[in-house]
Amino acid sequence: MRFELTESQRLVYRAVEEFAARQVRPRAADWDREGRFPHEVIPQLAELGLLGLQVPEEYGGSGLDAVSAAVAVERIAWADGSLALTVASHNSLCTAHILLFGREEQKRRYLPRLARGEALGAWCLTEPHAGSDAAALQTRADRRGDRYVLNGTKAFVTQGSVAGVYVVLARTGGEGPGGITAFVVERGAPGLRVGKKEEKLGLRASDTAEVVFEDVEVPEENRLGAEGEGYAQAMRVLEGGRIGIGAMAVGIGRAALEAAVEYAKTRRAFGQPIAQFQAIQWMLADSAVELDAAWLLVLRAAWLVDQGLPFRKEASMAKLYASEAAHRATDRALQVHGGYGYIREYAVERYYRDVRLCEIGEGTSEIQRLIVAKAILRAT
Amino acid sequence: MDVVVCVKQVPDTEQPIRVRADGSGIDEQGLNWILNYYDEHAVEEALRVRERHGGTVTVVCVGPPRATEALRTALAMGADEAVHVWDPALEGADHLGVSRVLAEVVRRMPHDLVLCGRLATDDNASVVGAALAEYLGLAQATAIAKLEIGDGVATVEREVEGGVEVLRVPLPAVFTVERTINEPRYPTLPGIMKAKRKEIRTLSLQDLGLDPAQVGAAAARVRYARFDPPPRREAGRVVTPESPEEGARLIAQFLQDTAKVL
Ligand SMILES: Cc1cc2nc3c(=O)[nH]c(=O)nc-3n(C[C@H](O)[C@H](O)[C@H](O)COP(=O)(O)OP(=O)(O)OC[C@H]3O[C@@H](n4cnc5c(N)ncnc54)[C@H](O)[C@@H]3O)c2cc1C
Repeated sequence: MRFELTESQRLVYRAVEEFAARQVRPRAADWDREGRFPHEVIPQLAELGLLGLQVPEEYGGSGLDAVSAAVAVERIAWADGSLALTVASHNSLCTAHILLFGREEQKRRYLPRLARGEALGAWCLTEPHAGSDAAALQTRADRRGDRYVLNGTKAFVTQGSVAGVYVVLARTGGEGPGGITAFVVERGAPGLRVGKKEEKLGLRASDTAEVVFEDVEVPEENRLGAEGEGYAQAMRVLEGGRIGIGAMAVGIGRAALEAAVEYAKTRRAFGQPIAQFQAIQWMLADSAVELDAAWLLVLRAAWLVDQGLPFRKEASMAKLYASEAAHRATDRALQVHGGYGYIREYAVERYYRDVRLCEIGEGTSEIQRLIVAKAILRAT
Repeated sequence: MDVVVCVKQVPDTEQPIRVRADGSGIDEQGLNWILNYYDEHAVEEALRVRERHGGTVTVVCVGPPRATEALRTALAMGADEAVHVWDPALEGADHLGVSRVLAEVVRRMPHDLVLCGRLATDDNASVVGAALAEYLGLAQATAIAKLEIGDGVATVEREVEGGVEVLRVPLPAVFTVERTINEPRYPTLPGIMKAKRKEIRTLSLQDLGLDPAQVGAAAARVRYARFDPPPRREAGRVVTPESPEEGARLIAQFLQDTAKVL
């Protein structure tokens, strides 16, 4: 048992941290205030290799192990939660779905473009009336000769209005999970329309939009896997994605803790720095302990991926615990800042808003608890 | 052009550096070790020479086992090969000892150009590059801010007080580089993964045919007597004037009477 990153994982940590500290962190507050997707950093993300994290080099990606990928997302999140969600969802939802379930020819067609940032990826599972209960989705894909015709509305799609490649889960068969199939749809396909762009509490520089399909024709060659396999594929994709959301939560939580430590050392009350008050110290200590535990859970799940071992339960544990621990850490960090924590000028105000999504996206905390409980009950 | 770059691993000075209580050195607990900034520029310059003129870039480091990470960083930036020299006998070697070891490594490989950083940010000595040139019997220029490779000759620029010195130096030569020479590239993630697969050749003093008594601690002509932390900075004095004019007067008074700089 070795509790340390390998040499190359440390280099990944440092390379991404340096990029994040110089190019992302100083601009995150502006992007948040403007609620604007930062198109200008996308080429830089691509150049560093952040848009093809686990895509093998033969498809133009970085070929990272899962631990390194988690490290990269954590460091981006430390600088900006919004950009971390962009990186995490592009990589571990859309790109991962094609990587895991695409045929060779599909991988050659899409992965290099995604890794080079020529197209951002979006992944469309959720619908206005089917979130946690994704198997109830209603978007139709009806077969007509050698094509499918898609009709329906997808909700809360990250990169919904900026993506070039969409992976869409739609119903080709009857009710329930067995009737669902995955397709790749490209931007510009006639009938594909961006619907409402969402105004969000946090992660305001991440793009979230409705995506509407009106008689969108998709050639059969764009189907991922066989008919009826879509739901199982999506669940497998989400397992990997949850490690990314866990890493994202830890990154935001750590940024909040660092801000709290800094502030506690400089803010004075009753004749001393507030860091001298035990009440403040306990908050800092609790956050430090919980964020460390969260990070270890995230690394353990990623490590299982790299060993080729099952990781469903562990990914859920990591995502659940990390998102709740990071929520508490940002809450405490805000409290340590007193009134200033409630003010836009201080980054903790943004961390507090940004971190909340981690308890909802890619399966709510309730759903994670269901997955963990199911695994435990089945094992005993 | 075959370029050899000598690099050192140093503590990251973005973190606080603490001196051991007994003054015997710095406390290495919890330090982050990184590739010396000046050496990053040397690696970058070597990569640019290779891009323009072809050839190879080999990085060489003398240092304990952890120093391979600095070599790995240089490989991730794009260097072709890496050589790591370590021997327990080198613990406590001085700059001249290290220079002699580097000279022996460089001598054994093709080298049209040898680049070093102007200094290492740990001890700021600026000795190794110059001594290396001496031991190799090669021409040298230190702290160069520009490098152009011609036919068997390099044109380099040094920033000197009030101007720029332009030197023409026959190759092979040893140059130490200033940080203004270029903007180093980030190692990319695919670069890091490629570097992970490259082998770092490790050599001992014996492999190099060197006698520990001549290059190791025993031969050191410089020994550290003691390390002291810099004196604590005293808290600043805060004045709360009634008006800007009064503030200016208080500051002027301070500069005149207390600081005695006016
Ligand atoms: C910013 C953002 C980005 C997103 N990005 C994407 C994306 O890129 N692609 C995509 O497909 N989706 C995306 N989503 C959607 C997200 O995955 C869903 O919002 C989430 O899965 C919850 O679904 P829901 O909103 O419909 O809530 P519901 O499923 O309606 O849940 C409402 C509440 O009921 C609880 N609940 C539901 N079922 C159970 C149960 N069985 N037991 C106990 N409690 C239960 C939930 O935990 C929750 O508290 C995104 C969402 C947001 C906010």
